[in-house]
Amino acid sequence: MSSVAVVEIDNTIDDPTRPTPLVLGGNDFTSVTEKISGIAEKPRPPRAWYVAFGVASFLTAVLFAMLAYLILTGVGVWGVNIPVGWGWAIVNFVFWVGIGHAGTLISAILFLLRQKWRTSINRFAEAMTIFAVICAGIFPAVHVGRIWVVHWLFPLPNYQTVWPNFRSPLLWDVFAVGTYMLVSLMFWYTGMIPDLATLRDRATSRLRAIIYGFFALGWRASHRHWHRYEKAYLLLAGLATPLVLSVHSVVSFDFATSQLPGWHTTIFPPYFVAGAIFSGFAMVGTLLVPARRWFGLKDIVTLYHLENMNKIILATGSMVGYAYVTEFFMAWYSGNPDEAFTFYNRALGPYAWAYWIMVTCNVVVPQFFWSKKLRTNTAVMMIIYVLVNVGMWFERFVITVTSLSRDFLPSSWDYYKPTLVDGLTFAGSFGLFFTLFLLFIRYLPMVAMAEVKTVMPAAVIEGEHRPVGDYHGDIPQTHDLHPVMHDHPEHRGDHL
Amino acid sequence: MSATDVRATGAGQGGLYGLLVEFDDPVALVEACREVRDAGFRRWDAHSPFPIHGMDDAMGIRGTRLPFLVLAGGVIGCGLALLMQWWMNAVSYPYLISGKPLFGLPANIPVTFELTILVSALTTFFAMWTLNGLPRLHHPLFRSRRFRRATSDRFFIVVEAADPQFDAEQTRRFLEGLGGTAVEAVEE
Repeated sequence: MSSVAVVEIDNTIDDPTRPTPLVLGGNDFTSVTEKISGIAEKPRPPRAWYVAFGVASFLTAVLFAMLAYLILTGVGVWGVNIPVGWGWAIVNFVFWVGIGHAGTLISAILFLLRQKWRTSINRFAEAMTIFAVICAGIFPAVHVGRIWVVHWLFPLPNYQTVWPNFRSPLLWDVFAVGTYMLVSLMFWYTGMIPDLATLRDRATSRLRAIIYGFFALGWRASHRHWHRYEKAYLLLAGLATPLVLSVHSVVSFDFATSQLPGWHTTIFPPYFVAGAIFSGFAMVGTLLVPARRWFGLKDIVTLYHLENMNKIILATGSMVGYAYVTEFFMAWYSGNPDEAFTFYNRALGPYAWAYWIMVTCNVVVPQFFWSKKLRTNTAVMMIIYVLVNVGMWFERFVITVTSLSRDFLPSSWDYYKPTLVDGLTFAGSFGLFFTLFLLFIRYLPMVAMAEVKTVMPAAVIEGEHRPVGDYHGDIPQTHDLHPVMHDHPEHRGDHL
Repeated sequence: MSATDVRATGAGQGGLYGLLVEFDDPVALVEACREVRDAGFRRWDAHSPFPIHGMDDAMGIRGTRLPFLVLAGGVIGCGLALLMQWWMNAVSYPYLISGKPLFGLPANIPVTFELTILVSALTTFFAMWTLNGLPRLHHPLFRSRRFRRATSDRFFIVVEAADPQFDAEQTRRFLEGLGGTAVEAVEE
């Protein structure tokens, strides 16, 4: 096996004549396995893990305490009332579902677009998707008020012999988010089977061998299996791609199909999807930057990977900014006085502070990523990621609350304020998210080892200069295998 | 399932499952696979920690029918979703809302779309397992210590004893000539 000489390579320099090296530090197949499996095999994680886990599990306990209080008392413990009947519950729901979108974008859309750099970060991002969707699912489930009849959301026979109304966007949401959760889970698990088999084969104790062996399903890296596996993976990516675009579109229908000024607009589906990807990438970054440092993954999750993510954040952040401008333009151009008032009220009314936090964090802050120096600096990235997350939460707050608090009838206007229970529940949902995430990086392979190996030079049998694009068997390349192998003196054998 | 699939069914000759030959890089594996294929073996397989380009051709693997199963799953999901919405909202419990039709396609598209995706994805997920004969928690190959590196950094070819052309001596000599680093017999 040839291995790359250990030299400091700056892979953020774009050279279109050569494929960018995606794994640095002179790693070979063995060291990739050692590094990534080693994290899940260490008897003890780093101290930072324990501290983070302590804080996260405490917050999770706070979440469950708040939910118990809510269920035992009633939704009156939240700040919601007429006219603002949709408060933080819906804000948090949209926020968390949006976060999840980056995971599917990285795992499915970038796969179809043959972006090889996704292999180092896709496992991580997909895990984030699943945990974010779990957090999202809590809010609509508890905000129904009577959680003991939450099964009425599903088309199940019940004693009233009433079926759900399939013309309601809230019901579409149940199907969209439910499908999204299941498909993300299947995609994540399918991708993980080969790596679980690696952990099984390296297991030093019987217990580990049994547990990882059970979940690895008896995978033995057979090529007859790889053949169907790759086809299945491609199909799942093809199915997840329209799905992820549909999920936030359906979420936006909750607003867009109503008649409230500021909500009733056709720009919502694309605007929500762009915002979702924007916020999701920021969250992936927030988790990835510390994790690659703590677990020594800088050779595998390189600066090039982070830089690419930052470029996507810049692009989607600018799309979101464009959507904000379009909304204002349409409010003026439509000539609808209610619509115009809503936007005047957003920017200059009682919630102007929230609106300007949103604009600053989502539109102004990502513009720093135009500078290469800033977008390759991990400290700057972290600050921007956190601010983007703040900004995207405020976007949902602004959309939900400003339109409701001042609608058509001035006599019913009110200023919505959340309660402490609202705040603690939201903080608790972060606890749950991080608890699940920390367990994931402790016990599961957090980088897709089998996939990373396919983008290493030693795995490329057709020769060094083959095009970057095609990979993973999605385009048959076998016909040109013979001539390329012949021309290349490095390869052994006279014929192939 | 094709006849060339590795799933061992009966015992081989004298408790032998097959012969395993190890390589330490993917180029050598692909090269050797072509020779095994051309030698006319049927029940054999290559194992590598990641999928390798060009292996389908080198091994002579034909396309899988998985995509057709998924298409069928999608059609069933789509049909069931429409049927469910029509029956529940227009027949079993008719909703009269603002004089709108009891069954109007536009309003039923989101749920139809989601269930089409869901049933297709479930089909992909479970059909891949089934076609590959998974889950299968034990396999003779797991007895080999050497084979454990098949999921990490080594490359293997396994010729089963159940292959009609298999001959313990001759096949061993053939495999030793492939340029691998070791040949090992795997017990059933």
